[in-house]
Amino acid sequence: MTESLDGIKERALREIASARDTETLQSVSVKYLGRKGAVTLFLRNLSQLPAEERPRAGQAANQVKQDLQAALDRATEQIAADSAAVDAIDVSLPGRPVSRGTLHPITQITRRICEIFGRMGFDVVEGPEIETDYYNFEALNIPKHHPARDMQDTFYISDNVVLRTHTSPTQPRVMEKTAPPLRIIAPGKVYRCDSDVTHTPMFHQVEGLMVDRNVSFGDLKGILTLFIHRMFDPETSLRFRPSYFPFTEPSAEVDIRCVACRGKGCRICSHTGWLEILGAGMVHPAVFEKAGYDTQTYTGFAFGMGVERIAMLKYNIDDTRKFFENDTRFLRQF
Amino acid sequence: MKVSLHWLQEYVPVAMPPADLAEALTMAGLEVEAVSDRYAGLDTVVTGKVTRVSFHPDADRLTVCQVETGDRPLTIVCGAPNVEEGMVAAVALPGTELPGGLTVRKSRIRGVASEGMLCSAVELGIGEDGAGVLSLDGATPVGIPATRALGLSDTVLEIDLTPNRADCLSMIGVAREVAALSGGRVARPVFSVPEAAAGVADYASVVIEEPDLCPRYTARVVLDVTVGPSPFWLQDRLRSVGLKPINNVVDITNFVMMETGQPLHAFDLDRLSGNRIVVRRAVAGERFVTLDDKERILSDDMLMICDAEKPVAVAGVMGGLNSEIVSTTRRVLIESACFAAPSIRKTAKTLGLASDASHRFERGVDPEGTVFAVDRAARLMADVAGGKPARGVIDNHPRPAGEKRIALGIGDINRRLGTSLGVEDMARLLASVEIFSEPADSDRLTVTVPSFRVDIDRPEDLAEEVARLWGYNNIAVTFPVIPVGGRLPSGALARRIRIKEAMVGFGFAEVVNYSFIGADACRSMCFEAGTAEDSPIPILNPLSQDQAVMRTSLVPGLLKNTRDNIFQQEKTIRLFETGKVFLPRPGQELPDEPEMLAGLWSGARQPRTWLTMEERCDFYDIKGVLEALISALDLEASFSALVVDQCRYTLAGRTARVMVGETTVGLAGEVRPDVLESFGVRQPVFVFEINLSVLFPMITDDRCARPISRFPSVSRDITLIVANTVEAADLLKSLAMQGQSLIEQVYLMDVYEGDPIPSGKKSLSIRVVYRSFEKTLKDAFVNRIHTETTEALVKAFNADLPG
Repeated sequence: MTESLDGIKERALREIASARDTETLQSVSVKYLGRKGAVTLFLRNLSQLPAEERPRAGQAANQVKQDLQAALDRATEQIAADSAAVDAIDVSLPGRPVSRGTLHPITQITRRICEIFGRMGFDVVEGPEIETDYYNFEALNIPKHHPARDMQDTFYISDNVVLRTHTSPTQPRVMEKTAPPLRIIAPGKVYRCDSDVTHTPMFHQVEGLMVDRNVSFGDLKGILTLFIHRMFDPETSLRFRPSYFPFTEPSAEVDIRCVACRGKGCRICSHTGWLEILGAGMVHPAVFEKAGYDTQTYTGFAFGMGVERIAMLKYNIDDTRKFFENDTRFLRQF
Repeated sequence: MKVSLHWLQEYVPVAMPPADLAEALTMAGLEVEAVSDRYAGLDTVVTGKVTRVSFHPDADRLTVCQVETGDRPLTIVCGAPNVEEGMVAAVALPGTELPGGLTVRKSRIRGVASEGMLCSAVELGIGEDGAGVLSLDGATPVGIPATRALGLSDTVLEIDLTPNRADCLSMIGVAREVAALSGGRVARPVFSVPEAAAGVADYASVVIEEPDLCPRYTARVVLDVTVGPSPFWLQDRLRSVGLKPINNVVDITNFVMMETGQPLHAFDLDRLSGNRIVVRRAVAGERFVTLDDKERILSDDMLMICDAEKPVAVAGVMGGLNSEIVSTTRRVLIESACFAAPSIRKTAKTLGLASDASHRFERGVDPEGTVFAVDRAARLMADVAGGKPARGVIDNHPRPAGEKRIALGIGDINRRLGTSLGVEDMARLLASVEIFSEPADSDRLTVTVPSFRVDIDRPEDLAEEVARLWGYNNIAVTFPVIPVGGRLPSGALARRIRIKEAMVGFGFAEVVNYSFIGADACRSMCFEAGTAEDSPIPILNPLSQDQAVMRTSLVPGLLKNTRDNIFQQEKTIRLFETGKVFLPRPGQELPDEPEMLAGLWSGARQPRTWLTMEERCDFYDIKGVLEALISALDLEASFSALVVDQCRYTLAGRTARVMVGETTVGLAGEVRPDVLESFGVRQPVFVFEINLSVLFPMITDDRCARPISRFPSVSRDITLIVANTVEAADLLKSLAMQGQSLIEQVYLMDVYEGDPIPSGKKSLSIRVVYRSFEKTLKDAFVNRIHTETTEALVKAFNADLPG
């Protein structure tokens, strides 16, 4: 005996169960119950068994033969029923519509930025959008009648109250209430009276601030490099250029290799191969002094980036005004 | 600022190719925005050989020339006397715009077609000979660009200087940076002033009445000048950086300003009453005509340059017409002064008058540079205008700045930057831009800040100098220790995310609108007069009337989006927005800025498809969304009719107050047709507006699982006829409290009004689901409880049972 009767039965039933057409069933039938089938052979070989075992084995084999035949019959019927009973439908017709909403691209990019910095230990804070001259300018080392005020076209509510021109006022606001060390990012709307293809009177920024002992410009480069690599990809290189913000010293503009042309030069990067993406620097001691931080013990860095700018690069959007036209044909794409 | 490399090379050798120089300057903090060739506009001026000259048939002074430019010969009508056969000349082809502004075109001149123009040096803007056609070397090949044949090339860099780098608003300043980048040295002009015997004091005097606003006033007098056009080299220098030549005296003051960064002003000394300069404040309301021929009204905080009687210049901003240099001017007083930056900026802003001078004074001018600049101008007036400088300089210096010294801790700087530079490294880097220092000890430099670096006050400022000269990109990237945990969104941020995700799930598209709207848009919302909603905060300097006030509701923005989208044939609109609104708070400087959520649905509930007909959305669609949203936040909302006089932009009778617990969180309703009309929307619109600042604190992130019964439920239906003023929600709420706590759920199955129900009444059919946690409920038991429940409702709501 090469294979037990049970083994044969089990194998046969499995094959019957997996058969999806009558041809397959036919071949299973031949394989087990045909003239040279496994069960038939088993019965034929009964004579080799000791005489006392033959009746029981014969009985068992006949039972298996019956069971398999019954299973084959059932399966044949089922296949016949399946193909006959179902009224076929046109499955290519559209399904009942379920409408899909979308998050605004600015929301999606802001969230991504917050996630990346969240993983680096930055807390998210928010501040008022109508701001005092003090927090928007003075506390950031931009006194009245300073030429740096020309760098931002300001909307005024009164002599002393403005629509914040940047998210930077969150820096002094947080520092006044929180002792160092700290790491925060502050996303939000900002306003400048400027409007053309590349400027809208309202746009979004994310501010960042980290203060601790021995925070260096090298650390600023490290954090921003990590951020850019996660926001875009690890092949995106950065360069830091000296610049000027009254509330940081040294100050830097940060460019990234053009994500469209990889530095070869194209329309998006005005053929420079680089894209200006954020401003940054080491917090100016005057800002710490106003907030009551000890400038001997602590250093810090701050940075700010435009969300629209990043969204335009990520999603290949050519006109920043599109973000605020709220054309559903635009919004649906995100 | 524009920098001509030709001019720059007077002070420093420029060996780098222009593109490399631009890159190097940019990386040193002087962002080069554009690199261009001054003569790029002359690309279509080519060399041409005059092969034949014949007289114009109809004009005595004109000739008709055949000119070979490589292609076919051109016919050009020319008026120059020196044109002759065989000459090689510069030919401006049609389309060329010449520096003087003339555009060359194909034309007929007195009946003869002319296909270009033979140019003089003046017409090309490259020389002062305007008498005849510029004649080139006879061996010059024809058909090549004339600029190449003449060797004309001058690269102009346009530098976008940050406000702190006032020291680079001059050729010498930029040369200093270039020298630092290339290892060269700046060569400042060396000269002497040929002085007359008579001393300056014999001709003029200076009194400073406001030393705080004018710390220094230096002047020279130049006699016997002859005012006239400047020589070509001087005009050319000014043009190369975008300035317009005026006359030799004025051109010299501009030239020296561009060279040194010190603004100068030239007065006609004979028009200064009393030959005196008095530096004082203006008299309030005083009128003064500036050089641009505009009358200005002065205020008493403006600093003026005056003579013995009257103002003659707005200090540091612009001179006056009453003392300007004219063709008959013989004696000139050259002013080379320093003014307090904030005062100049304020005056320029108030007058709406910005000049090259005010631009520099606002940012800070080298207080030690006045004498050099006035001497330079005096010498040039001697050379160029035949002037004789009076002996000596008037130099009133009531507020000397004093020398700035900074103790620079090498370790501090390295820690700030993440570098490991030595004392010598730092000293060398600083010295490359003429910031000199002495070692104080092994870890300390004593730095003397040069007077032209008005931006440097503290060690951190020097840290930036060290960093940029070392190269930002040479500072190694390091990583601060990052806390293990990271930070998860929390508070309002996390809740906002939940809300937005839910709204997206309900099929709504998020919009972002400007925070400002038109005052009329706010008015058309019909907010109650005198409330904060009706008193939007105006912007003093809006960009347009439709962005003039801060929004007090998100709904106007959504209605505008609705209009815009309908205009684009998108008739079904489902939008939401979260954002702040701005409500004035009397007596407070800053307004209240609650965060709101608004949702809007208009058009179809379901679109026409092969399966379904189109159905229009209604109040219960937007309400369903709001119910689902609040339920997604694990809260329960209740809705009740908002009384008529509290309905503003929504229809009374179709507006619900939305409450969570005992707190009103917002409203839901159908927008009034007249409000829609004012936004240009002509289809029904349903909205909700929720105050998230109120809702957020009610949302918890904790969830507590409730037990689930393992026994079967039993349902019974009930139909009640009640007055149609009964709010269904009240009845359902009351019902849910009946039935010995065995009622698991109630569903409103049908609401019906009309025959056979008596008028003024409605019938409500409700399915009640009973279930116990302890046992399987028997039919008889449920029947008994259901009867009790029904009776209680009949009593409580004065209801009838049907039939």
